Amino acid sequence: MTGKPAPTLALGPMLFHWEAARWRDFYFRIADEAPIDTVYLGEVVCAKRRPFILPYLPEVCARLERAGKNVVFSTLALIMTEQEMDGIREAIADPIIEAPIFEANDIATAALLAGRPHVIGPFVNAYNEDTIAYLAARGAFRISLPAELSITALQALGRTEAVRTVGFEVQVFGRLPLAISARCYHARAHDLHKDGCQFVCAKDPDGLTIETLDNEPFLAINGTQTLSDSYCSLLGELQTLRDAGIVSFRLWPHSCDMVQVAALFDAALGDVLAPEAAAARLRGVVGDVPLANGYLQGREGHLWLDATAAAGTASAAAMRAAK
Amino acid sequence: MSLAQEGKGDLELICPAGTPAALRAAVDAGAEAVYLGFRDETNARNFPGLNFSPAELETGLAYAHGRGCKVFVAINTFPRAGAPEAWRRAVDCAAELGVDAVILADIGLLDYAARHHPGLRLHLSVQASASNAEAIRFYHEAFGVKRVVLPRVLTVEDIAELNARIPVETEVFAFGGMCPMAEGRCLLSSYVTGKSPNITGVCSPASHVRYLERGTEMVSRLGEFTINVFQRSDAAGYPTLCKGRFVVGDRASYLFEAPTSLNVLPLLPELMAAGVSALKIEGRQRGRAYTAQVVAAFRAAVDACRRGEAMPEMSALDAITEGQSETSGAYRRAWR
Repeated sequence: MTGKPAPTLALGPMLFHWEAARWRDFYFRIADEAPIDTVYLGEVVCAKRRPFILPYLPEVCARLERAGKNVVFSTLALIMTEQEMDGIREAIADPIIEAPIFEANDIATAALLAGRPHVIGPFVNAYNEDTIAYLAARGAFRISLPAELSITALQALGRTEAVRTVGFEVQVFGRLPLAISARCYHARAHDLHKDGCQFVCAKDPDGLTIETLDNEPFLAINGTQTLSDSYCSLLGELQTLRDAGIVSFRLWPHSCDMVQVAALFDAALGDVLAPEAAAARLRGVVGDVPLANGYLQGREGHLWLDATAAAGTASAAAMRAAK
Repeated sequence: MSLAQEGKGDLELICPAGTPAALRAAVDAGAEAVYLGFRDETNARNFPGLNFSPAELETGLAYAHGRGCKVFVAINTFPRAGAPEAWRRAVDCAAELGVDAVILADIGLLDYAARHHPGLRLHLSVQASASNAEAIRFYHEAFGVKRVVLPRVLTVEDIAELNARIPVETEVFAFGGMCPMAEGRCLLSSYVTGKSPNITGVCSPASHVRYLERGTEMVSRLGEFTINVFQRSDAAGYPTLCKGRFVVGDRASYLFEAPTSLNVLPLLPELMAAGVSALKIEGRQRGRAYTAQVVAAFRAAVDACRRGEAMPEMSALDAITEGQSETSGAYRRAWR
């Protein structure tokens, strides 16, 4: 025994605006079939979407809990109005289950949750041990770290006292959230104003790819959010991350078969499947999307680098070009 | 909170000092405060040839204080995991030299500053992305933050509502660069270049910029990506990645933001009425001529605004605005 806690898989909150019944059925299947420990539920990107999922939240939550999943309620990343703040205050004051755990994605929500156990999401800047210690002292027991942290930074955090008080989570699969704005780019792309957006973001269950003028896929938009076009995949780095002290591994939900994605990460984490074999199978599940892991080596986030050798780099773009 | 509270509605003019020369230019042109950073990764304008050594700060402080101008030091990147020393030293140095405030973003560093330098005035950097009353109250109650630099995501109405709810001063961006994303929460630059505002203190750094000639076109690239394409007869703009042209479906557009310059001059009376304490001129990367020109124009406008007079003509600013066009950005709801 190394004394390390067993690694756990987490399913991050749904970032995209799925039709509500599809959203519910997605989580039912996760509850029934996916080897996931923690499921984050709730709207993070746009407060206007939240009313659509609210009616389904209790039954989804109940199904996940019956299946033994830990449910964490995620909250908005960018809070700009008192109305949005009130929505979060109400969710905390009048929860749908007893003793719920919330994920704060704005420091305002972390302030509301002070003194009770909570999770700090990746939209709150926790880059170093001093900040982490401060947040932990106020009740954070898990911190989902910023996507741009390198393995060097993660290893440094793992050597600090902070690792004893909180569990660190890292994003290991899916398009990476890169930015959030007051402006809705989905509405803008459709010549609409945010206030009359017609929920056009619902057309794109994995976000809408935007290309450069040279027609290379570049980024993806999702309402007010901008994500990577490439899908992060750290299947080959799971052992390195575990050695650094990471205990929770976040998969971002997508329209591909997330049960299979979870099964592959679970198998790789449990040493049931070699990373290379898992990666080959993941390619079959996600289809023809570019993969990226550059951030972990302290490089450009869009790059796809050999997980075992820093040398021999090839970008996601170059990989696509070579196909 | 009443607008009669001290400081609210003052429109104090906060001006960029990328170099000692720019500091003197800003002070001479009528800045009420200048802001600057140390010459390292502790500040969010960590560009070659910019910023101050401790000795230069000491000289700059004497110059500014001798003329009634305050000096704020931005230490607003996020300290590196396992290596907070450079950031702590920056705070210690600023405090020891007697600066008027430090502008911080990181919670751990704010905690350090509040505990070790209880007399040091703390401002919250825009990089902390505090966009609501609850967040701002947290920074005030936890660390005694006296002023918050607001993210460029709020309308004038949002700001007025906010000012009525918070016990701290607000500072808003008035002129210059226009981030369309919530600052401090943007990883676009590191996704493309590996260098980010939060860690390295840079966005779309010049080290990763290339201009390629292609037939009659000039292509501006950042890292491996095309950010814009110009006719060679036209000036090729700097490829700041959120100001590029991109394609959605079959249509190319400035999807995130056009390469415009933020200019709130026409909004000054509204911002004053909204209780804004300070106006921040962006541009520590700019030369002293730019600084002098912009500061003088805003000096005249703020003075007129304080006297309740009409805004003076500001044609002097037209020639220096990026891309020759201006926006009032998120301050107007239509921007969203």
